[in-house]
Amino acid sequence: MRLTVRPNRHYEMGNALSRLRILLLLPLVALLGGCNFVVMNPAGDIAVQQRDLVIISTVLMLLIIVPVMALIVFFAWKYRQSNTDAKYEPDWDHSTHLELVIWSMPLLIIICLGAVTWSSTHLLDPYRRLDRIAPGNAATLNEPLQVEVVALDWKWLFFYPEYGIATVNELAAPVDRPVRFKITASSVMNSFYIPALAGQIYAMPGMETKLHAVINKAGVYDGFSANYSGAGFSGMRFKFHGVDQAGFDAWIAKAKASSETLSREAYLELEKPSENVPVRRFREVAPDLYKAILNMCAQPGKMCMSEMMAMDAKGGLGLASARNILPLKYNISMLDGTSATKNYVASVCTLAEAAREVSDLRSTTTPLDPTPVTGAGLARPGAAPAPFNFTPAPAERRASNT
Amino acid sequence: MSDTAALANTGLAKFIFGRLTLESFPYHEPILVATFAMVALGGIVLLGALTYFKLWGYLWKEWFTSVDHKKIGIMYMVLGIVMLLRGFADAVMMRAQQAMAFNGSDGFLPAHHYDQVFTAHGVIMIFFVAMPLVTGLMNYIVPLQIGARDVSFPFLNNFSFWMTTGGAILVMMSLFVGEFAKTGWLAYPPLSNIGYSPDVGVDYYIWALQVAGVGTTLSGINLIATIVKMRAPGMTMMKMPIFTWTSLCTNVLIVASFPILTAVLALLSLDRYVGTNFFTNDLGGNPMMYVNLIWIWGHPEVYILILPLFGVFSEVTSTFSGKKLFGYTSMVYATLVITILSYLVWLHHFFTMGSGASVNSFFGITTMIISIPTGAKIFNWLFTMYRGRIRFELPMMWTIAFMLTFVIGGMTGVLLAVPPADFVLHNSLFLIAHFHNVIIGGVVFGIFAAINFWFPKAFGFKLDQFWGKVSFWGWVLGFYFAFMPLYVLGLMGVTRRLRTFDDPSLQIWFIIAAFGAVLIAIGIGAFLVQIAVSIWNREKLRDTTGDPWNGRTLEWATSSPPPDYNFAFTPVIHDNDSWWDMKRRGYVRPLEGFKPIHMPKNTGTGVILSVLATTMGFALIWYIWWLAALSFVAIVAVAIFHTFNYNRDFHIPVEDVIRTEGERTKLLAVQAAS
Repeated sequence: MRLTVRPNRHYEMGNALSRLRILLLLPLVALLGGCNFVVMNPAGDIAVQQRDLVIISTVLMLLIIVPVMALIVFFAWKYRQSNTDAKYEPDWDHSTHLELVIWSMPLLIIICLGAVTWSSTHLLDPYRRLDRIAPGNAATLNEPLQVEVVALDWKWLFFYPEYGIATVNELAAPVDRPVRFKITASSVMNSFYIPALAGQIYAMPGMETKLHAVINKAGVYDGFSANYSGAGFSGMRFKFHGVDQAGFDAWIAKAKASSETLSREAYLELEKPSENVPVRRFREVAPDLYKAILNMCAQPGKMCMSEMMAMDAKGGLGLASARNILPLKYNISMLDGTSATKNYVASVCTLAEAAREVSDLRSTTTPLDPTPVTGAGLARPGAAPAPFNFTPAPAERRASNT
Repeated sequence: MSDTAALANTGLAKFIFGRLTLESFPYHEPILVATFAMVALGGIVLLGALTYFKLWGYLWKEWFTSVDHKKIGIMYMVLGIVMLLRGFADAVMMRAQQAMAFNGSDGFLPAHHYDQVFTAHGVIMIFFVAMPLVTGLMNYIVPLQIGARDVSFPFLNNFSFWMTTGGAILVMMSLFVGEFAKTGWLAYPPLSNIGYSPDVGVDYYIWALQVAGVGTTLSGINLIATIVKMRAPGMTMMKMPIFTWTSLCTNVLIVASFPILTAVLALLSLDRYVGTNFFTNDLGGNPMMYVNLIWIWGHPEVYILILPLFGVFSEVTSTFSGKKLFGYTSMVYATLVITILSYLVWLHHFFTMGSGASVNSFFGITTMIISIPTGAKIFNWLFTMYRGRIRFELPMMWTIAFMLTFVIGGMTGVLLAVPPADFVLHNSLFLIAHFHNVIIGGVVFGIFAAINFWFPKAFGFKLDQFWGKVSFWGWVLGFYFAFMPLYVLGLMGVTRRLRTFDDPSLQIWFIIAAFGAVLIAIGIGAFLVQIAVSIWNREKLRDTTGDPWNGRTLEWATSSPPPDYNFAFTPVIHDNDSWWDMKRRGYVRPLEGFKPIHMPKNTGTGVILSVLATTMGFALIWYIWWLAALSFVAIVAVAIFHTFNYNRDFHIPVEDVIRTEGERTKLLAVQAAS
């Protein structure tokens, strides 16, 4: 009769559970030797500190978790029904002392952990400039290397503004030199993550995030997107090369020697969805391309978000802005490769274009609509054009505070 | 001439069918065709059997139109278990794909399919497995625990259930008509916006959740009103059973948070349908707004799921330790603190989206603070066991497994709440392991504890022990095999939702995880066998006392299964373990003086409204505007018509009450004699 279970076997269940769990760990221990625990064994100072924090927090919590687990098993065994020697107090349900302990022990742990959290979150804020490149080594802190990162569908584009080059799906940085990443995306959200270097941060269209980090050991490390972004997401991987200064110069030289250049047109072609893209290098990059991508105006004729915000900050264009919307063919809008037509705000003009237009204005055109346009940004027709003070976008704003 | 006719035809076809064409049916995908064949075959057999055994009338009269909270509760549980099978099938496909897709292999699922699978898995498991199971449990138990005859609004209860089912039907339809979302279970824009997800998938997602969300919100309102207004005399708030307390808090959370989900999905649908720019990249839109709003709903949702199960574990621990719950008052306050704090932590889901260090620290620390009341709860269960007489029946086994598993999940959760640690673990398989650790280890184990605990109450016989144990070990071991490797992989920097892998050294871990999924499959299979075997052996497992576990709360005072009216006389409460107290004070069941009992009447309006709402959802998904308008008008018309239905209650004649109670008296006498 398999349905009958002897009552004295019941108590063994809780016990057997914990016993089996230990057995379960054995093959795992054997396996762990052959693995690359990059999060636990990183090569960059920021990631090392984050790793330490993982360990400190875990140990702090184990202080309470281990006794609790042991007590669960012990009480389950000790007060099993068949153990009639154990005390039985069916009405004992309150003890002020015990309650104080119950609430204060987790509280104490959380106070410690909260203090650690407050300080470490500020010290390891990815927006914060590094104040050391290794424990105790602030002396050789160089000016950070600037890298501008764009997550495209489904590859990574890296600009090196100091060198005027760009690469796709390959990143390099000299060992022990701080790197300052500015990160955005072209269409959907991704997350920029090189576990060996530092924790991740999201790459989001129309927004810019920042990351400061340093690599301390030469090597080739994996980088990838840590946030699902569509069909080609799994192949959105790149190699990060931590190299010495000579190696880095050589790497830059290799890009400089490339035959490709990244014009606006080339970028719009590159921006289209593609999967498992091989490494590409560009010896030259169109001016302000990163800024245009960040402000969602790489497409010619589209108004940049920075311009729009600057105008809005001055009170906007009033009714004129409603006429400023053009249907533009926007080729990357569909992740399946097809294109769609969508209304976008057309760019007003560049400063140079504006100056040229204004000089031609009186001789070539007369206003069709004589009623004054009263938007704060525009002067009345006929009056001399007010000097246009273009304020660039507040690029330092934090993504989530927008 | 023929050209114009063809044009008119396509124009007409477009008007009638919207976006729906022959191409919308995935007949070219063998996996889906095979699934469809199986589902169709099973469906035909089921429908045939229902017709052959002439069960349609019975189902319609006794179940579908029933406003009895007990039957609705059982229907919720059945819905949850059916959807569990679908959600688990998705899980198995993911585990198989990830175990295979190494060394240049593409696995067996193309991105188009795989991305739908993981989205559907998350959506189904949260909205159509966990939610119905939790709601069903509260529906069944709460009125019995507070000595009520039904919920406050019995028709609303039926309507809520059918709306939830309508949402589930929409999700299931997406399998064979069109496709489901490929966005992940929370459908972050811009990916979920029309520009990047032009297909029907996200629309299925939106309307399934909107239809089901109506049901969830209304059932939340219903249960709050029930708990606040319908408690038996003498049951003050601080004499309520702890499960009722946790249910109250959960429903407060539901009512306060689900409208946010409804609103955020409404904004997303405006973006998708009429071209507004709430969450677009351009034109003043801001996707961060969506991420914030959805998590302001999403984090309380986590507690909506776990709180009632905390209640279950409290009841089970106390019953099977034969002791009063240790620290009832602190348990209640812990629950309240969790309820309030759950609204102050949502940002911990996106520390990595560029908020400042002070903001991140604030949300990290509030998250850790939640672990204090949760920790207090664990201690309270621990000291309930202390100096008890613990019977290791199935519900208690699930509870012990929960306590040991949940503390691990709690620990990794607090670890993820430390922002710099989250920067390296966010979106990794470590995170996946963490939330499965708390959802399986907490919600699922709790549901099984509850099913094994209250099944005899609902059906009058206990569940089979042997298969219950097989199911228990399958789930517990399966969980550890399936998710411990994911913790390891997370520390190796492996991220979630990947379809293919480069590094061959990872494969072994995915194979172990897939093996874990097989063990869980055994657990689920054994659970179904357990139900079947128990029905088969029901005479042997019969419980005639109504109190098979020597219970403590009011639901054990009545018969198993309880009569339609639950209690012939409303009990008077003196203690929070009211039935334990009644038993101890030598309570004598009244045998005469019965009166006719006023009860609500069944109605088909809930089914009709849900069918119409589901049709409207389907029409909106496929841009069939005439049908959407028609069904909307019909919903309003039926709702108004229903308000004129004055024939909505009746009295159970006193003879029926006397007969029912007389039978119970006889059964109890036989029991006492043997």
